[in-house]
Amino acid sequence: MDVKDIIKEENLVYKKSAIITDNTMHYCPGCTHGTVHKVVAEVIEEMGIQDKTIGVSPVGCSVLAYNYLDIDWQQAAHGRAPAVATAINRLYPEKYVFAYQGDGDLASIGCAEIIHACNRGENITVIFINNAIYGMTGGQMAPTTLEGMKTATTPYGRDVKLAGYPLKITELIAQLPGTCLVTRESAESAVAVRKLKKMIRKAFENTGKKKGTSFIEVVSTCNSGWKLSPVESNTWMKENMFPFYPLGTMKDI
Amino acid sequence: MAKIRGAVVVDKERCKGCNVCVVTCPTNTLSLAREVNSKGYNFAYMENPEACIGCANCAVVCPDSVITVYKVKLQDA
Repeated sequence: MDVKDIIKEENLVYKKSAIITDNTMHYCPGCTHGTVHKVVAEVIEEMGIQDKTIGVSPVGCSVLAYNYLDIDWQQAAHGRAPAVATAINRLYPEKYVFAYQGDGDLASIGCAEIIHACNRGENITVIFINNAIYGMTGGQMAPTTLEGMKTATTPYGRDVKLAGYPLKITELIAQLPGTCLVTRESAESAVAVRKLKKMIRKAFENTGKKKGTSFIEVVSTCNSGWKLSPVESNTWMKENMFPFYPLGTMKDI
Repeated sequence: MAKIRGAVVVDKERCKGCNVCVVTCPTNTLSLAREVNSKGYNFAYMENPEACIGCANCAVVCPDSVITVYKVKLQDA
């Protein structure tokens, strides 16, 4: 059978979600942001909530997320996405509001906002992309940078005596009574992406049921910041990030 | 002989040649092309079209959503 005979509309198994726009993403080749955007788009499409979803984009590479997902967006000041999402959710309680943040945004400058938003149990979903460095500004050390990890500002590796220990923000948030779903996922393989999709779907459903804050961390790569190829950075992530940031669901009520 | 045949269509111009799909493919169907697209990336293509089973793993991991997957079940294989 020729390939041309297989490529027909009736044989379709997978195609790009209609929520993803035709703009070429500005992300580096192999960036996890693209994969997570795609998964969010698929969940929104499957739930049929395109006109009811409002995203809050952070400061970081994903600041331009509004170019890629065809939903309503608001861009927040650095780290303030949960605060902006709180306001949107209180004004429009029937909407599905989600904040999309990186680790420099959420765990560093926005640490207070995220802790208090989760503690208040705001009815929002937070997607937290953790690649252990500040990606957009050139790979500087972030609170989540691993001990001994080389970055632009720690060329000899992170010294915990000087810079403190890496922050496990998801474990902190799991302690707060306002959260209903706290989980850590990844997006490096097809299995991981399918699991991530299940979790994001659950988070959006929790928002629909007004159960409280759903928090999803995605352990990610930053191949240009880590100075590795996309495939090598996936391997590096599995070898170094997963032992310190173990995957799994911490809270699901 | 395989009972299921698949086919992958890659949007050559939008592919950034990150190689993630090539590594994920369980049947070594995909490979990066020697030629480049207008942005200078070695795009992914089906090197062994017969091997494809249409599992869509490549499309699921593709960060730029450039892969479309088709699959057919053959009657008497």
